[in-house]
Amino acid sequence: MSDETKSQEIIICRDVHKWFDSFHVLKGINLTVRKSEVVVVFGPSGSGKSTFIRCINRLEEHQRGQIIVDGVELTNDIRNIETIRQEVGMVFQSFNLFPHLTAIQNITLAPFWVRRTPREQSSELAMQLLTRVGIPEQADKYPGQLSGGQQQRVAIARALAMQPRIMLFDEPTSALDPEMIKEVLDVMVELARSGMTIVAVTHEMGFARAVANRMIFFDRGEIVEQGTPDQIFNHPQNDRTKLFLSQILRH
Amino acid sequence: MAAIDLRPPRLTVGPLAWVRKNLFSTWYNTALTLGVSWLLYSSLKSAALWSQTEARWGVIEANLTLFMIGQYPREELWRIWLVIYLLAALVGLAWGTWRNAARGFAVMALGAGAAFALICFALNWEAWINWLIADAILLIFFLIGNFLPYASRVTVVGWLLYFPAIFLLVAGSRHIAALPPVEMSAWSGLLLTLLLTIVGNLGSLPLGILLALGRQSKLPIVRYFSIGYIELIRGVPLVTVLYMADILLPLFLPVDVRPDRVIRAMVGFILFEAAYQAENVRGGLQSIHRGQYEAAHALGLSGALTTALIVLPQALRAVVPALFNSFISLFKDTSLVAIIGLFDLLRIARSVIAQPEWLGTHREVYLFAFLIYWGFNLAFTYGNRRVEQALGVGKR
Ligand SMILES: Nc1ncnc2c1ncn2[C@@H]1O[C@H](COP(=O)(O)OP(=O)(O)OP(=O)(O)O)[C@@H](O)[C@H]1O
Ligand SMILES: [Mg+2]
Repeated sequence: MSDETKSQEIIICRDVHKWFDSFHVLKGINLTVRKSEVVVVFGPSGSGKSTFIRCINRLEEHQRGQIIVDGVELTNDIRNIETIRQEVGMVFQSFNLFPHLTAIQNITLAPFWVRRTPREQSSELAMQLLTRVGIPEQADKYPGQLSGGQQQRVAIARALAMQPRIMLFDEPTSALDPEMIKEVLDVMVELARSGMTIVAVTHEMGFARAVANRMIFFDRGEIVEQGTPDQIFNHPQNDRTKLFLSQILRH
Repeated sequence: MAAIDLRPPRLTVGPLAWVRKNLFSTWYNTALTLGVSWLLYSSLKSAALWSQTEARWGVIEANLTLFMIGQYPREELWRIWLVIYLLAALVGLAWGTWRNAARGFAVMALGAGAAFALICFALNWEAWINWLIADAILLIFFLIGNFLPYASRVTVVGWLLYFPAIFLLVAGSRHIAALPPVEMSAWSGLLLTLLLTIVGNLGSLPLGILLALGRQSKLPIVRYFSIGYIELIRGVPLVTVLYMADILLPLFLPVDVRPDRVIRAMVGFILFEAAYQAENVRGGLQSIHRGQYEAAHALGLSGALTTALIVLPQALRAVVPALFNSFISLFKDTSLVAIIGLFDLLRIARSVIAQPEWLGTHREVYLFAFLIYWGFNLAFTYGNRRVEQALGVGKR
């Protein structure tokens, strides 16, 4: 492997294990993500998908193996972790906006307090991001006054405001009504096409077909199968993958 | 089809309909209404009769200044008026700056000033003038607040400086010729009650917040200290804490530092109330969803920033009623300082009744004290409601 491709590797997981008490959630995950790659993670409920992507920004701690993000290995060093978290944006299933702050305050908070971006500049950036996700007119509303789809788009803008190099999505559309799913997926597609590195847990197969470079099938704490959307949808190798796909594609 | 712009139906009910619906809807409702009316009428009638004939209101007139400031030296009275003037100025400034947000308080303060002026009109010429001046100052600063540049900042800074200023004015200082020190043993009456309330509440809230955070700390020493402190203090009566502060505090301090009894009482209130505020705040901390911490951490916010910017604002907002409940409790509990020999409003009231010329006036005097406590609590309750409204803007 040349140095050129090596420097392109922005997330490296080697033999990552994790236990919740005695329950073995992640059983030796090996995965390398390159810059601007879009990776979709899918699999049955309880298989450890969330736990895995939460290890990438250390909302969960792995207990064996190695995770290297943007050249920095995740260890217990709190400074490392805070630096990595600034480079890795995350979008949650339940939005997790700060309810006591308006949309624009949600977005400017971290740039101002963590990156020390001056107020005017961070407000300007926030308005640009709100425009990018299609809701500049909602800037001064509180999360409780926004629809689910609007809240999730604010959450995406909030993560982008730190100008991260990687975005993690954990089932960003599964708490949404069908008509709002599309508005969020549109934003994600645009983001993927703009060259952002994305790891997304999602069962939106339309999204995977449109932009994923790679799909990863997770089951019982292991990566069972991975490949391009074409390989996964049209020529799945593993029986568990076939079964799971037949279940979710039926409706 | 053109959309019809429908307005929500307005629910207006005439007074007669309201009376019928709420007071005379059923036979037992009617009976209750009549019964309660009769009780109210007969008790108020005898009270009014007593107030007009037997009651010797002269006891209040003659001792008004004593109730308000107790033994505070009369030649330094102007300092207390200055404290009131400053309050009027700041309320006026807040009103001019923030308009609706502060209007209720301003109107209440104006009303109180006018009421006091009215009460003092025939009794005390000096007090009458001073209350009028206070109201005038309030109105003048309302106008100033309208035009002042940076009004918002000036007002905030003014309020922050106000509390140390009260202390400086009331206590005086050896280094300021115009403000000779006033012995703390002379602090008494309503003045003492209010000072204990202000210092106790302003001091216990931050300490309570720290204890609540300490109780959730990952460091065992901090956690166990906080739990131990809270449970210890909550396990004993306030009176014991006051005794302890009074007797033990001097033992912990160097010999040449002899805090006055008033200071010791203030420390006692802060220590006691902090344990309760800590539990109030803990209730708020527990109401914060785990996702809030995760979202903050995912953005790279440190633990301290997460607490200060995300967790505490939401936690405190969630427990505003409980915090105010504790403020009010403390206000009423200040009457216990009589036990360690201080003369708060209620203790002064007792000493007034004991004056030979006013023997047998306990009804008048206690009614007066009751009205004062109650009046201030109305203000607290109103403040509680305003703060809740102001913080509820975003609603969840
Ligand atoms: N904090 C925790 N403590 C103990 N067990 C946990 C914890 N979090 C998750 N688990 C368990 O770990 C397993 C994997 O959970 P995880 O949330 O990663 O699954 P998932 O693949 O994301 O599922 P879903 O599709 O339902 O979101 C589950 O069995 C879950 O019960
Ligand atoms: Mg999950």
